[in-house]
Parts: sequence; C-alpha cells; structure tokens
Amino acid sequence: MSEALEITNPTQHHSNWPTPDNNEGGEKSPVNMSYGKTMMWYFLLSDAFTFSAFLIAYLAIRMSHVWWPNPNHVFNAMPFLEGVKAPMGFVTIMTSILILSSVFVVRAVQEGHRMNKNGVAMWMVGGIIGGMMFLGCQAWEWSHLIHEGLRPFFNPFILDAEGTLRIAQSAINETTGIREIAVNAQNQFVDVHGVAHTIGEGMKQGGPETFGALFFGITGFHGFHVFTGICLNIYVLVATLNGTFERRGHYEMVEKIGLYWHFVDLVWIFVFLAFYLM
Amino acid sequence: MVTSAIENNIDGQAHHHTETFISKYIFSLDHKIISRQFLFAGMAWAVLGGLLSVLFRTQLAWPNETFPVLETLFSTWYTDGILKPEAYNAMITMHGTIMIFFVLTASLTGTFANLLVPFQIGARDMASPLLNALSFWIFILASVFMLASLFAPDGAPSAGWTVYPPLSALPQTSPGSGLGMTLWLIAIALFIISTLMGGLNYISTILNMRTKGMTMYRMPLSVWALFFTAIVGLLAFPVLLSAAVLLIFDRGLGTSFFLSNIVVGGSPLPYSGGSPILFQHLFWFLGHPEVYIIILPAMGIVSEVLAIHSRKPVFGYKAMIFSLLGITIMSFLVWAHHMFVSGMNPFLGGVFTVFTLLIAIPSSIKVFNWLTTLWRGNFHINPASIFAVGFVSLFISGGLTGIWLGSSTVDIRLHDTYFVIAHFHLVMGVAAFFGMFAGVYHWFPRMFGRMMNNTMGYIHFGITFVGAYLIFWPMHFMGLSGVPRRYYHFNEFDAFSQYANMNVIITVVTIIVFITQFIFIFNFFHSMYFGKKAPQNPWNATTLEWTSPVEGIHGNWEGDLPVVHRWPYDYSKPGADEDFIAQTTPLKEGEIESH
Repeated sequence: MSEALEITNPTQHHSNWPTPDNNEGGEKSPVNMSYGKTMMWYFLLSDAFTFSAFLIAYLAIRMSHVWWPNPNHVFNAMPFLEGVKAPMGFVTIMTSILILSSVFVVRAVQEGHRMNKNGVAMWMVGGIIGGMMFLGCQAWEWSHLIHEGLRPFFNPFILDAEGTLRIAQSAINETTGIREIAVNAQNQFVDVHGVAHTIGEGMKQGGPETFGALFFGITGFHGFHVFTGICLNIYVLVATLNGTFERRGHYEMVEKIGLYWHFVDLVWIFVFLAFYLM
Repeated sequence: MVTSAIENNIDGQAHHHTETFISKYIFSLDHKIISRQFLFAGMAWAVLGGLLSVLFRTQLAWPNETFPVLETLFSTWYTDGILKPEAYNAMITMHGTIMIFFVLTASLTGTFANLLVPFQIGARDMASPLLNALSFWIFILASVFMLASLFAPDGAPSAGWTVYPPLSALPQTSPGSGLGMTLWLIAIALFIISTLMGGLNYISTILNMRTKGMTMYRMPLSVWALFFTAIVGLLAFPVLLSAAVLLIFDRGLGTSFFLSNIVVGGSPLPYSGGSPILFQHLFWFLGHPEVYIIILPAMGIVSEVLAIHSRKPVFGYKAMIFSLLGITIMSFLVWAHHMFVSGMNPFLGGVFTVFTLLIAIPSSIKVFNWLTTLWRGNFHINPASIFAVGFVSLFISGGLTGIWLGSSTVDIRLHDTYFVIAHFHLVMGVAAFFGMFAGVYHWFPRMFGRMMNNTMGYIHFGITFVGAYLIFWPMHFMGLSGVPRRYYHFNEFDAFSQYANMNVIITVVTIIVFITQFIFIFNFFHSMYFGKKAPQNPWNATTLEWTSPVEGIHGNWEGDLPVVHRWPYDYSKPGADEDFIAQTTPLKEGEIESH
C-alpha cells in the first residue's frame, strides 16, 4: 500500500490497530472491522432481542390492564430524606450516573487510541465507579420498594375510593400462604401510615401483581448486565495496568468492552422509559 | 495451536509437540475435532429421539396390547406392560425437543459449520477456537440437563416441545411439569447460550478469516447457508431465552407473566394479570425461524452436493444467495401462523397468511434451481448424491402442504391434526435429516480420511426414503378427516377406528426405518477404522477443503494458505481439460470467471 493510500484509507487512521483480515493477507471483511468487534456487535444485536422480548412482554401485559400504578407516586422517595416527595428525583440521579460513566468509558477509548496507558486506566476507574454507584442506587431502590411491600407476586400500590394511590399494608394469609392486604368489614384497608381508607373499585387483591414481577424481572436483568459490565471493565483496567494492551500494540479491547458498556446504558434508557416515564 | 503449526513449518518439521488423547480428542480447540464431537453427540441424541418415537408409535398402533419386554426395559414409563398416559406425553415432548434442538439445530449446524466454514473459506481455524470449544461443552452441559429431565423422579417434561403455559408453568397440571420441566427450561437456556457462542464464531469467521481471493461471491453455498443460519439463530434464540427466563420466574417465584385467573380443583390460584398467549408469541418468534435454522444448513449442503455430483455449476448461484437472504428476513415475519386458533384478530391472521405464502417464493426459487442443477447433468450416483435428491423430493412434498397450512382459513380446520405432523416432518424433519446424511456421506472422507461403504449407503437410503413416505403420507388423510395429534389412543372415537390398521402400518414402518438407521451407524463406525483410504479429492470437487492434507493437520494447510482465483462451481467448464477446475487454479489468459 502506498503512502498516499494509507492516509486516505479510513482503516489506516490508527495504524497501530488491528486490520480486519486473517493476518495472512486474506480478504477484508465487508463490514471493515476486526473479528472481535464483529463478534461484539452481533452479540449486542442478539442481546437487544432478549431485552426487546422483555420490554414487549411488559407492554403487552401493561396494555391489557385497565389500571397501572402511576410511576410519579411509586418512585417518589429519596434516600436519607424521609417524607420528602420527589417524583423521579432518585431515578434521574441514577440515570445521570450511568450516562456519566459511559462518557468516562468514551474518554478511556479515546486515550486508548492515543496509546496513553495512564489515561485509559484513569477513565476506566471512573467508569467502574459510576457502574458501582448505579448498582448501589438500584439496590437502595429495590430494598425501599420491598420495604413498602412490593413483591414479584404482590403489589401493594392500590387506589382508595377517592382514586388516590395508597400503599396498603399486607400480610401473609396463614391458611393459604398467599400475601394479601387485610380488608375489614367496611371494605377498608390500612396504609403504611396506619390510616384506614375505603378500598377502590376492583382493588381487592392489591394492584396489578405483574407490576412487581415486571419491575424486578426487567430491572434485575438489566442490573445483571451492569454487574457483568463492571466485571469486564475491571478486567480491562487490570489488563491496562499490567501492560497487556501496550504489549499487544493496541487498545481495541477497551473499545469492545466499551461497546458493551454503552449498550447497557442504552438499554437502561428504554427500561427507564418503560417503567418511570410511561 | 495455529501458531505452533506455523512455527513447525518454519522449522521444516512435522508436528512433534506432545498431545495426549484428552487434549487432542476431548478438550480440543481444533475445528475438525469439534465438528466430529458435534456429530457424535448428535448421533447419540438421534438414536434416543428415534427410540422415543418407536415407543409412542407402538402405543398408537396397539393401544390395548401389553408389552412386558418394554416394561422390563423401561420400567419407569410402563405399568402392566402398557405405556403410561403421562409417559406417552413425555415421549412426544422429548422426541420433539431432542430432534429439533439437539440433533437438527446443534448437531447439524455444529458439525457442518465447524467442518466447512474454516475449510471452505481457507482459514486455519475459527476466529475464536476457545469460544468454539466452549460452545460445544455448554451444549454438552445442556444435554446433561435435558437427559436428566427425561429421568426426573416425578416424570419427564410432558407439555409438548412448545411448552405452552399453564401446562408447563404449574406443577399441578401433570407429573412432568414438576422438576422435569425446570430441568428442561435450564437445559434450553444453556442450549441458547451455546448456540449464541457458535453463531458469533461462524459469522465473524466468515466475514474476517477468508483467504486471499475468497471474496464473498466466491464462497460455496454451504458457507452462505451457514452464515444466514447463524444470523437467524442469533436473532431468534434470545427471544426464547427471555420467554424461558420469565417461565422459570412463574414456576419458581410465583410471578404471573403467563398466568391469569386459574382455578385448579375448585380453588383459585393466586395468579392474575398475565397472558399465556404472550408466551405463544415469544415462543413462536423463535419457533418459526427455528425451522429455517434447521433447514438452511441442509439446503446449503444439498446445493453443494448436487452441483458436485451432477458435474454442473449450481444453477443461479446469486439467486440461491438472495433466496437465502429472503428466507432469513421473511422467517421473522410469519411466526403467528402457528397461532391462527389462538383467538387472534382475523385481520392479523390475514397479514400473517400473506407473509407465509410469500415465503414460498424464495423456497420455490431454491427448488427450481436444484432441479435445473440436476437437469441434463452428468449425474454420479452415490449415497451422498441420492440423499441430496431425496432431500429435494421431501422438501417439495412437505412444502406444498405448507401452502395449505399457511392459509388461516384452511389451518383453522387442520390445526393440531396429523396433517400438521405430516407436513412438518416431511419438510423440515426428514428433509433436514436427508440433508445431514448427504453431508455426512459426502464429507466423511474429509472428516476421517476414509470412504464409507456405498452398498450399505444405498440400503440405508432406499428403506429410509420409502419409509419416510409410507409413514407420513397416510397421515395427511388422517389429518384431513380430523384425527388430532398428541392423543394417547383413539379407543373412544368410533370415527377414527377406520385408521386403526393405518396406525399399525405406520408403526411397523417406523420400527423398520429406525432399525435401518443402525446400518448407517455401523457403516459410519466401520468405515472410520476399516474403510477404503480416501484419496486427496475423492469427488473431484473444486472447493478448498479437498486441498488440505487428508490426515488433517492443525492450521489445515502446510505453509501459506491457498489463494483463490475463481468461484466454487467450475464443473464441466467448456475448454477445460478436466470436468472440474479447483478454486486455487488461476484463470487462464482471456478466461472469464463464471457467474
């Protein structure tokens, strides 16, 4: 390849990066990527179908319900601020943290192109901390909702007779072994503040119980992806620090793992849309 | 391993690095060994799957007879010499699961993608040999779980291979919906992970590891078919993974994704708000592309085998590729034709009917091209070539009834009858097996360096081919008169008593065909050790796998990789000395590349 061609060919932009062929002068890939990156893209495409199936299941089940708990009331708590109502406040912080960690990983990839080992390591640390903070936030939100009585098989969010969303107290029925809200003779239930309310129409068993199942199932599956992403990011950090990529002559692994990290971020946007904004 | 092969070549020495039996044949990273491993595992599964079909066919033919011998052999499934009703359901469930997933998906693709992709594109191995080996071993792990489910103490899974909830979700519904079903779901989840790993490897190997001169349009159709198979698998299987995960939650955590307002024995269960139809949609979004995952590799093998043995270029090479692409895309748009009776909107039923009938167009293009490839060819008869012709025959016979079933108005009448059984067994069950047999007979010399016995091959073909039609042809008539599938016996149905003798004939032929397969297995293992030594290029084929040393070496080629100069179907080219020109032969001066 002549000097002139080398400049105009976009694949040669980073001459230290792997060329998309079999390293024995074979044919170039039609998608112009190394095999590792091709694999990652196809894996992400496949994983996108997994998440799509979950989100379509969510939509199908939710649309078949007449009533669904209003997310502005379900997700309005903030840690350390008992009694403060901040609809969507906490999830906004969570989402920002995750997006910020994606930005850090973008910077790590950029430093990889510059073969700057310390830069890659520094920004990867940022990405890992962001991921861990996100998981911490999710753990808090899960335990808060579980504390309020939400279960994969039970939903305490119901409407009273005036149409206000309340969180009902619930207990496990001794005879059936099933969790349910206690209703007195006047068809009244007790909310988490100990106040009795008349139960709204069609709310005998609690709210739609698939709410908890879908919430824990889908955010849990996403959280599992964040967890594996953190593990992969830690691997990249270690391999960067011990000079593996420097010896290899390129930091493409940072970019491949980075693709996964951005994908996890992107999926969260859809999960966020489905559970918090709709 | 690739590196060591190259280093040895530089030293001018043969392979002297120490290899134990375990590193060479068990935990191997070599694509040729992994290909054999998939084939052996698939053969074991196929024998088991076939045996189960013999057991339930015996029950259908002689519903009131006792079989003390079978009770001695399979004591858990028999009482008083009669197959238990729940065991009958388990047999049909496991027959379908084993044949569809473990034989015709994992083993068919696993064997031929591993064998042909690196060989035919001129690569030293898969892009990631480690991921490739992991794919096989996770498949074995899935196999262990699936085999365990067959022997679950409560009973083997018995909800049908489609595992529709609530039958599959509630342990109360049948003995097999207990532990057996849980093991089934875990096995399938592992199976999907294995398929994912294999598929990623096939795609990236085909895109990135082609040797010099092997452009995309110079790849054999077998590689093209495996490429599209991998794409379909990567996009369809994850949806089943989601469905399996949600079903596991329903079974284990008390969620209600697929369950709603169910009363068992007079007492209502605490499930509400879910939808069993949702599961059907998720299942068939995999389930329909799945039949193309099964048939596409067989189509690729048959295209290749027919061209080689009729000594003609394959007719319409690019039409073949684009019809594969068409099937790949269309396969995702037709899933609900399995659900016409689920209460779906008739308008939606109409939409899915139209898409389903449209998919007949690329399929017909392929059939036309196979027939025109054979047309006036110098047809060489051998087991591989006649199995390929058998594939085309079965694919046409089964495909035509697909047009009936794809039409919602007819399907509502024929749904869940033996007509459906006849249709899909011919078009994707037996046909895919024939493709696989053609592939094994054709590439056996490449896999083991020896030739298979032709006489045994002809006997195998003759009985299996005639048997396939004898078994499934009568089922069309049974289905048309309304005989439902999955029934334990028809003793109480006077209207179906006319088919009692038919059932006996079908079962007798099933047993004969099942026994015939042992001729193939004997031929296979006998030829492996005592077969005639294979020459370098036994079929005078053009493709690269026949230029690699017969004994099979790491890295596939000594020295440099072969360089490709022409397309793979230069058979009987006018002006050539022989009736084939290898892909590695440079174009002569003034010679124009075909296609």
